[in-house]
Amino acid sequence: MTHQAHAGVDVIPYTTQVRPDTGLTNPKLGIWLFLASEVMLFGSLFSAYALLRMGAPSWPDQSATVSVPLAALNTVILISSSVTMVMAWASLKRLSLSKYRLYMGLTLLGGLLFLVVKVFEYTDKFSHHLYPSTNNFLALYFTLTGLHAIHVIAGMVVNAYLWMPGTKMWATEPERFTNRVEIAGIYWHFVDLVWIFLFPVLYLL
Amino acid sequence: MYGFTGLFFLLVGFFLVLIIRWSHAFPGEAIPLIGSLLGEANHTANGIPPEFYNQLGAMHGTIMVFLGVVPLAVGAFGNYVVPLQIGAPDMAFPRLNLASYWFYAAGGAVMLASFFVPGGAAMSGWTSYPPLADFAPDGQTWWLVGMMCLIFSSLLGAVNFITTIVQLRAPGMSWFRLPFFVWAQFVTAFLLLLAFPALQAAAVLQGMDRLADTSFFLPSGLVVSGERLQVAGDGNVLLWQHLFWFLGHPEVYVLVLPAMGIIAEIITANTRKPLWGYHLMVYALFVLGFLSFIVWAHHMFLTGMGTTISAFFQATTMIISIPSVIILSALILSLYGGSIRFTTPMLFALGFMPMFGIGGLTGLPLGLAATDIPLHDTNYVVGHFHYLVAPGTIFALFAGIYHWFPKMTGRMMNETLGKIHFVGSLLAMNVIFFPMLIQGLAGVNRRLWDGGAIYEHAQPVLYLNVPMSYAAFGLAFFQLFFIANLIISIRRGAVVDTNPWQATTLEWATPTPPPHGNFAQPPRAYRAPYEYSVPGAEADYLPQGVELEGRGAGTGTNT
Repeated sequence: MTHQAHAGVDVIPYTTQVRPDTGLTNPKLGIWLFLASEVMLFGSLFSAYALLRMGAPSWPDQSATVSVPLAALNTVILISSSVTMVMAWASLKRLSLSKYRLYMGLTLLGGLLFLVVKVFEYTDKFSHHLYPSTNNFLALYFTLTGLHAIHVIAGMVVNAYLWMPGTKMWATEPERFTNRVEIAGIYWHFVDLVWIFLFPVLYLL
Repeated sequence: MYGFTGLFFLLVGFFLVLIIRWSHAFPGEAIPLIGSLLGEANHTANGIPPEFYNQLGAMHGTIMVFLGVVPLAVGAFGNYVVPLQIGAPDMAFPRLNLASYWFYAAGGAVMLASFFVPGGAAMSGWTSYPPLADFAPDGQTWWLVGMMCLIFSSLLGAVNFITTIVQLRAPGMSWFRLPFFVWAQFVTAFLLLLAFPALQAAAVLQGMDRLADTSFFLPSGLVVSGERLQVAGDGNVLLWQHLFWFLGHPEVYVLVLPAMGIIAEIITANTRKPLWGYHLMVYALFVLGFLSFIVWAHHMFLTGMGTTISAFFQATTMIISIPSVIILSALILSLYGGSIRFTTPMLFALGFMPMFGIGGLTGLPLGLAATDIPLHDTNYVVGHFHYLVAPGTIFALFAGIYHWFPKMTGRMMNETLGKIHFVGSLLAMNVIFFPMLIQGLAGVNRRLWDGGAIYEHAQPVLYLNVPMSYAAFGLAFFQLFFIANLIISIRRGAVVDTNPWQATTLEWATPTPPPHGNFAQPPRAYRAPYEYSVPGAEADYLPQGVELEGRGAGTGTNT
């Protein structure tokens, strides 16, 4: 088994071209499968939340403990970054690398702002002596938002790569590069979607 | 790479259990020869201390399942055979494949290193039940980190397998022309993909409990060592069990399905017959895969979860035995009327079926709450799942090694050594595992450092511990024949052509070792995978990738 493919007969097919009978490229199927496992990961944690909350004799008033305005701001930021992500991909479809750079930059900025707000939220909790060990709500809050933040950071690493060094591929294989941005976008939207669930569950309910 | 690393860990896991067996048979006695190698903390003149015994038990399970069997069955055979059988140039994501291997190696390294941290390795069983695991020494944190690496490895691998099978099938390789082994890997990959994240979540939560003092798994008012714990409380210990077994039960089928796939390939090649009920077997695989997600709480009957829930999980557990029986019956029926070649891989395959049958049938009483409650956590359970995994799955892995060795190396393995290995292993394993069922029915608990010696009710069956342990040492002796065979045959085995078994599937249609891109010419599938003994054909096998016209060209489907 080899770990790199050279040009020629042995190139792995359907990395860029769609396989006619399945209607998919390999990376697109791959990312959806990966996201299926992510659904199971966050699904397990949401189930844990439900089980612990149902079983608890009392539960703190969530919206009084955590900051709803900051979370609402973060929701707006993250959704906006999803929009710019689509715009970045659409720019490549319209063959404009400079517009792509702009929108991808804005997406990265959105991710960064989200994390900055998160840092403010966390430090505010710590300054009020609210830690994961305080109660199970805060434990779930820090675990779920923390795991989500790790996903945001991972997405930003990929996006940052595609924003600058990764664009080399645009000159040689534009279609493949466009697909890469699409794949990164699918992941980014998923991270956004997880937040859409986290926001009501952890802040509003 | 996967293969050798997997075999190495099988050996490590086996070595751990040999020490356990010594402690069961001769509790409180020093281990001759190797005892001093274990270090002063782990071995004294009174044998191994109970703390070390607990580490051995937890790590034996972890290493065998997650570092030995799964990487061999999925990582090694899956990676090597699946692309060849579907006529693909490689896996869909070669770099992901490499990442998957290194996550696996890292996970293995972390697990092994955990033996050397203060307090030793994880000692709360391979199931790591809290609250015990929440307070175990640091080795448990290492275990969690190691498991995370192994889970990443499996997830990346699963994505790769499914994508490869969906996207990279050669022209003509339609879904129902896939060899059964490929189907088995396909369903297995879905189980890995969707079940493992539950353990990932559970590991995150347990890590938080251990490192950030949360109380996900700690109920209020818990008293440890006579002191009330100063934690927030309100946690739920059953949450861990639910998450763990949501992975744990599909994991059983992750161990079993690739084994069934290997056996199907070997049986068809050695009986010179198509697989009996190929379509039915594929459908059964899917039913099995789906049902495996809704049986998990049959591991938890003892938790007092209520009769309604118990009834549901009993019902699903009974239903899931149907597709398992279908597959095993179809494999046995495939033998009927065949001209069987008793090669070493076929012997292992023939050994697999009754042994797996015993494992499956002994599982039925465990699937019903009324009989499970007295049997829970006894040696009966240990006997039951070892019958499934050791003379079941591991026999299938041995069979696969003997079967595909000539594909990998171009040389045959020695038949005489192989047959000694088979007979010795079969006898030894039965002498080890059958008495476990007897002991368990007598009520002897598992995970006892002295093998049950301090219990009154264990006395009538305690004598069995000695022959069981001797059989375990005998099993080790017979593995030497396998190791020697492997080493000798790689260098000196009889050189063979590309298709020594005269098998039909595509992996035998490419040169050995396969060239860059796996095939010299772009492969194409012309017919169903197991066209053996087709009336009117020149030879008794019609390779899947060879075009024929007119009489004897094959039916195109298996009936």
